Amino acid sequence: MTAVPALSVEDLSVEFRTRSGVVKVLEHVGFSVDKGETVALVGESGSGKSVTAFAVMGILDAAGKVTSGRALFGGADLLALGEHDLAEQRGRELSMIFQNPRTALNPIRRVGLQIADVLVRHGGATRSDAPRAAVEMLKKVRIPDPERRAEAYPFELSGGMCQRIMIAIALACRPALLIADEPTTGLDVTTQAVIMDLIGELAGEAGMATIFITHDLALAAEYCDRIVVMHAGHIVEAAPGRELFAHPRHPYSAKLLAATPGETVSLEKLASIPGGLPDLRRPDLPACRYSDRCERRLDQCAQPLPQRTVGERHVVACWNPL
Amino acid sequence: MLNLLLSRLATAIPSIVGVVIVTFMLTRMLPGDPAAYFASLAASPQAIAEIRTKLGLDKSLPEQFVGYIGDLLQGNLGNSLSTGQPVVAEIATRLPASAELTLFALIVAVAIAIPLGVLAAVKQGTWIDHLCRIVTTAGVSLPVFFTGLLFAYVFYYLLQWAPAPTGRLDVFLSPPTHITGFYLIDSALTGNLEALWGALRQLALPAISMAIFSLAPLARMTRGSMLAVLGSDFIRTARASGLAPGTVIFTYAFRNAVLPVITTLGMVFSFLLGANVLVETVFAWPGIGLYAVNALITSDYAPVQGFVLTMAILYVALNLTIDFVYGLVDPRVRLDS
Amino acid sequence: MLPLLRHARYVLSENPITGLAFGLFALFLIAAAFGPVLAPYSPLQSNAAMALKPPSAAHWFGTDQLGRDIFSRVLVATRLDLAIAFASVILAFLLGALSGVAAGYFGGWTDRVVGRLADTIMAFPLFVLAMGIVAALGNEVINIVIATAIINFPLYARVARAEANVRRDAGFVEAARLSGNGETRVLLGHVLPNIMPIMMVQMSLTMGYAILNAAGLSFIGLGVRPPAAEWGIMVAEGANFIQSGEWWIALFPGATLMLAVFCFNLLGDGLRDIIDPRMRT
Repeated sequence: MTAVPALSVEDLSVEFRTRSGVVKVLEHVGFSVDKGETVALVGESGSGKSVTAFAVMGILDAAGKVTSGRALFGGADLLALGEHDLAEQRGRELSMIFQNPRTALNPIRRVGLQIADVLVRHGGATRSDAPRAAVEMLKKVRIPDPERRAEAYPFELSGGMCQRIMIAIALACRPALLIADEPTTGLDVTTQAVIMDLIGELAGEAGMATIFITHDLALAAEYCDRIVVMHAGHIVEAAPGRELFAHPRHPYSAKLLAATPGETVSLEKLASIPGGLPDLRRPDLPACRYSDRCERRLDQCAQPLPQRTVGERHVVACWNPL
Repeated sequence: MLNLLLSRLATAIPSIVGVVIVTFMLTRMLPGDPAAYFASLAASPQAIAEIRTKLGLDKSLPEQFVGYIGDLLQGNLGNSLSTGQPVVAEIATRLPASAELTLFALIVAVAIAIPLGVLAAVKQGTWIDHLCRIVTTAGVSLPVFFTGLLFAYVFYYLLQWAPAPTGRLDVFLSPPTHITGFYLIDSALTGNLEALWGALRQLALPAISMAIFSLAPLARMTRGSMLAVLGSDFIRTARASGLAPGTVIFTYAFRNAVLPVITTLGMVFSFLLGANVLVETVFAWPGIGLYAVNALITSDYAPVQGFVLTMAILYVALNLTIDFVYGLVDPRVRLDS
Repeated sequence: MLPLLRHARYVLSENPITGLAFGLFALFLIAAAFGPVLAPYSPLQSNAAMALKPPSAAHWFGTDQLGRDIFSRVLVATRLDLAIAFASVILAFLLGALSGVAAGYFGGWTDRVVGRLADTIMAFPLFVLAMGIVAALGNEVINIVIATAIINFPLYARVARAEANVRRDAGFVEAARLSGNGETRVLLGHVLPNIMPIMMVQMSLTMGYAILNAAGLSFIGLGVRPPAAEWGIMVAEGANFIQSGEWWIALFPGATLMLAVFCFNLLGDGLRDIIDPRMRT
């Protein structure tokens, strides 16, 4: 707790220019991840989880622009770095893995070479010994028959195997931070568990900080130390996993929990969350983007959101928390 | 790989069959009495009747078709009326000239179009993107015979930079020793620098005229394909892995983007082979295109038909090669077949 | 209709060049319709004394080797060139669209036959095939139209087939079938009209190519014969005089040809943006 966090995002705001106008996709997003900690970024589709990750990595779409904020990592502000310096950091100090592993790999390049590329670029390997190091990485991510598999193309491998390849690419240079953007979406349940275990194990071994982006609260609870809940571009609550499940303080978090099957709620008792995400193109968005569908709304909710500490490392952005 | 070759060959067979049937139909479609077209203009009715029997035009259509195929297999495309020579021999002598011109034009076109398309995609919105846009829209509008004429006028008549458009080599130079029939290759192989430079000078204008014509589809396809690839998931992964920009653009993006461009080459060749005829006419280039055009003027039909058949077979062979090369380059095709 | 016009105005305002193309198109139509009336001289009238004169106030585009006024000939040639192009595009549409929708809608043998036909045509370099067809059918203008239509057939057939295939199980087609219409009636009365906008975009996109094709064929002496006024044949006639410096004989018809093709290409792009921007490459 006293050590400097691996990543500290402060007051991050991102805008997107679209045909219908400017959309404020992220507003004043702030959270931190400690060394060795796993933090889950949880929310519905469209809540801005992936955009946060892309902004930190500096791989936002051309239409996106960071309008404020800092991302402190390794003593520097990632958001202020130029493309050249950022590219030095990416893959070496901080890495990312994506969903849909099959399409996230180069379809016409052998997977062993794709791992070798990162090793040559950042890991100081030469073109001749990189392939062997790549095979070592394949062993580390538990791919059977790694020498032969290194010669394969992505289309010859299953989704689970492709995801392991991506993990191998991301961890090849032993980064300090790994961002995993919905890595198990699209994989079957058994493979999901295997992949999550693998990530957890490798992260633990290296003392690596991990940000795990997902819409699946149950998965987040099972594998992560802390959970950060996002809604429509805002962070609404952040707490250690167990604490969030036991005492959710934001109305939205509570609703999310009630909609998640698991130990606390059985399938019959699942409740859906009324309403939908607000249209972010509206110029008249309220300060609290959940207020339009919140039953606990007060007049005060029109004011800018507070950051209330309600427990040990438990913060909620609400005027009328549970 | 043998599987790939055989499967591609198999798809070419229906094309060849179709080509042979169509060219046969074309030879029998001549208005009036076909025999009259193969006799000389002043032939007597008796001579025409003789020709009719000799060409088998009095037999039934299926019999004629069989005869036609027989002739083709023996390499018999008839004789030219004006010279009396076998069409096959005349086409064979002139083919290298057309082939050299077309291939050289293609190389020039590819050398300009692909870098242009790649740069336009990578540097969207800049002047090079606009240049590419102009080239692709204007390029398809240019009549190749007109641009050829304009070039000849500006660069030969006005500026005197280019030599007179009188064929493959200046009249005062002798052709290099015949090895392939390609003047550039032959003179390079025999160290004949004078002929090499002379041939290059004559080749420049006609090749550039043809190249401009095929620039447009190539540049447009390259730019479009590159843009699509640059927006794909695996490029995002490559960037997130911090790979150097050069690696991302060339090793990752370009190699994927070039695949649809290879497929486009088929269409580009269709344009090029057609443009070949027009450019040879403008520059008096002694290839098979000019041969056919001259034959048309003198109503000499056997050369025209031989020309159409030859071009078609050439085109089928080119498409086959393109298909095969694509199969080699894209592992998804290579390993699946 | 109104939303379409509004959308058209939006596209035109975004893209002023398309507006320019529409304006040019109008000019060409006027030239085609009223050319002979507007021409200052008769296009066929020769005047040996005035042969090979460069552009002047009396003869804006100069005169050719027979003393004919080139401006008048270029103007009058508009009608012939546009007519040939329009006719071949319409013929290609009739042949291609009808076989294409039948192939896409019925599948099976129809699909295979039409596909085989289109593939056989595409096995030839298209201009060469056109040459062969005109040479075989005879050196007449009508045969240029037929040849150009044939070489455009595969493209129309392919687009029509794809569109018909997509619509085969669409709601409105089901409804038409259930109302008791026979298959042919459904095809011609419901599917075909529905794909007309896309086919019209195809037609406008290939007009430019049709004009180029016709001009190319007449340049090498096929189809149009002297003393007819047509852009391709005028460039051919002028080609003989380029080397002696009389540039105007070939330049003006060639430039007009280029302008016409360019205009139609822009028009085609504009029409496509108005009707279905997703077709953009």
